[in-house]
Amino acid sequence: MAKTQYYVPVGPIHPALKEPIRVEAKVEGERIVEVDVKRGFAHRGIEYMGMKRNAIQTLYLSERICGICSISHPYAFVIGSEKALGIEAPPRAQYIRTIIAELERIHSHILWLGVVAHEMGFDSLLFWTWKGREKVLDILELLTGNRINYSVFMIGGVRRDITESQAKAIKDMINYYRIFTEEMKDVFLADPVYKARTRGVAQLSRDMAKKLNVCGPVARAAGLRMDVRQDNPYDAYADIGVRAVVPQDIVGEARGDAYDITLVRIYEIEQSLDIIEFCLEGMPEGKIMAIPNYVALLAKIRRSEGEAIGMHEAPRGEVIHYFKYGNKRDGPVVWKVIAPSYNNINTWGPLLLGAEVADIPIVVAYIDPCMCCNDRVAVVRDENGRIIDPATLHLKAVEKTRKLREELGVRE
Amino acid sequence: MDRRVSARLTSRIGPPIRQPFWDVGKLLLKETVVPENAIAWIFNAMPIVSFAASMTLLLYIPFGVLKAPLEGYGDLVVILYLLTLQSLAMAIGGFASGSPFSSVGAQREMVLMMSYEMPLATVIVGFAVLYKSFSLTTIASTPVWGVAGPLAAMGVLLLFIALLVVTPAELAKLPFDIAEAETEICEGMLAEYSGRNLALFYLSDAVRGFAMAALEVVLFFPFTLTSMLNLNLTGTPYYVVEALWFLFKVMVIYLLAITLVRTSFARFRIEQASMVFWVYVNIIALVGLALVWLGV
Repeated sequence: MAKTQYYVPVGPIHPALKEPIRVEAKVEGERIVEVDVKRGFAHRGIEYMGMKRNAIQTLYLSERICGICSISHPYAFVIGSEKALGIEAPPRAQYIRTIIAELERIHSHILWLGVVAHEMGFDSLLFWTWKGREKVLDILELLTGNRINYSVFMIGGVRRDITESQAKAIKDMINYYRIFTEEMKDVFLADPVYKARTRGVAQLSRDMAKKLNVCGPVARAAGLRMDVRQDNPYDAYADIGVRAVVPQDIVGEARGDAYDITLVRIYEIEQSLDIIEFCLEGMPEGKIMAIPNYVALLAKIRRSEGEAIGMHEAPRGEVIHYFKYGNKRDGPVVWKVIAPSYNNINTWGPLLLGAEVADIPIVVAYIDPCMCCNDRVAVVRDENGRIIDPATLHLKAVEKTRKLREELGVRE
Repeated sequence: MDRRVSARLTSRIGPPIRQPFWDVGKLLLKETVVPENAIAWIFNAMPIVSFAASMTLLLYIPFGVLKAPLEGYGDLVVILYLLTLQSLAMAIGGFASGSPFSSVGAQREMVLMMSYEMPLATVIVGFAVLYKSFSLTTIASTPVWGVAGPLAAMGVLLLFIALLVVTPAELAKLPFDIAEAETEICEGMLAEYSGRNLALFYLSDAVRGFAMAALEVVLFFPFTLTSMLNLNLTGTPYYVVEALWFLFKVMVIYLLAITLVRTSFARFRIEQASMVFWVYVNIIALVGLALVWLGV
């Protein structure tokens, strides 16, 4: 007797996946036999908007690319812009940037740990981790004035200094999280139920990780020693000498499953605490902006020409911004953003195939997907350089399909 | 109380104690939607079957010193069937709704039922061996700890542990809420239910929760407050005090078996849950049964 097969649609609206993407899984009993990931539900055109504004406006627009990593995109933006424009941020500003970026990594990782616990029905852990996360959000608010979209980075520096009292608050926070990470190791890594639900789930081998071109903690969990902070050090990271956290250094082997990724993330929180401590102790004195006058900065941008790539290791993986300045404009002529989720979502197809329905939320959550990071606008121009609108593009596609069908002799 | 205590355990405040009544009231006022490809009459009948089964179940359980209204018309085996009937009604309703989530949920419910029925039946057989009767009235009238010898008492303790583990599965609560897993299959069997139908399932779930905890109290802790404290109460105060004492015992059992467990565990996968019941809980229950048998 043939087994009954069902289509289980996950998304665009689903309790496990709050983001606009659709995973269609064909299941036989509990086993997934076919899977299709459809994306492209949100269109924001943020790059297009950025190319119409000046560089400072675009910088704060870039914070809005992602809801959680509100420092990752501006970080890549300022690094890329500084390279393209030939501006160097003062050392103190570089250290402050690093501190804020690492604070963000702590909050993003703790958030992820809570989410993955929720996906497997462990809501108590979700509440506990998110309660612990409040501390770092408070510190970010103290330093920048905002809990999200900090608006503190600037091309050539930062807009706020870290005072003595703030430094003391950060040190208190570090002590708090030293204890908190130890507790997290107990409740996540040593818990038998958590182990049972994550060991062997979403297992990504080293070769597979390379083939799928994944990045960030997903790649590191599979044993690939890759981290932008280690490979292309920038700002204070160059002084620190960051080493990528990989499971083989901690437990001896990398299996690349959901358990390993938890391991990597918890140990990365510890690493971030070390980095922040290092930056606080060795913080250079001096100014925090290379060009404090915004009008002068915009004038310099208008005079400059150049292109560059800015990279930053966001909590989810590498964020890459490509820039081209010139044409006497005070904003980027070309701005191209690549977010880590774009690479990591490729893992869903192969990992879901053969998995169980119960593992869908874990496979989906383990890469920490961010759809708003992925939605970039694509501008298509015709042979005369005019932008083609979506309706015309659709018509052209239909025409071309008809033509191809006629050529191949295919009938409806 | 369950939601309130669970919230307190996770540093939250939780909803007011009368929230479940508001929930049911609101659901009863809302529109009942029947999916297009559902088998409408089965889809609509199953909540009623489930609710009827749970209410009948309640009538079989003695409330403290008050006798069960239907005592003498059935015994533990009927209770076992009524418990199964509810889960079955939910599973059939899930299949009839025609939604893929519900179908997966119903499949999971069936597998789960097959897993936990065996230890549940073993517990009931254990009591039958001890009392030479399936009648709940006989069991409730004499506390089990007085009847059983030391060996049998150990067996009864093991049976109690097995029943405690079965309770969350029977009531579809974490870590065994696999059939309704919210983040996996959007509440599974209940995904398509709304309005009055959902309210009936909600009510039958609540009643079943009370009945299950009450059953555990009747089987394992039937001690009355007056006999424990040598009180000399008669008439209305006697019944009121005993009823409050019974409610207190039920609440303690519910909090122990369900609230604490569901707050401190992650959801199992279906095969892990089956493993737990078929291997570990079954062994506990069978060893308990063997001890009871040897001790009698």
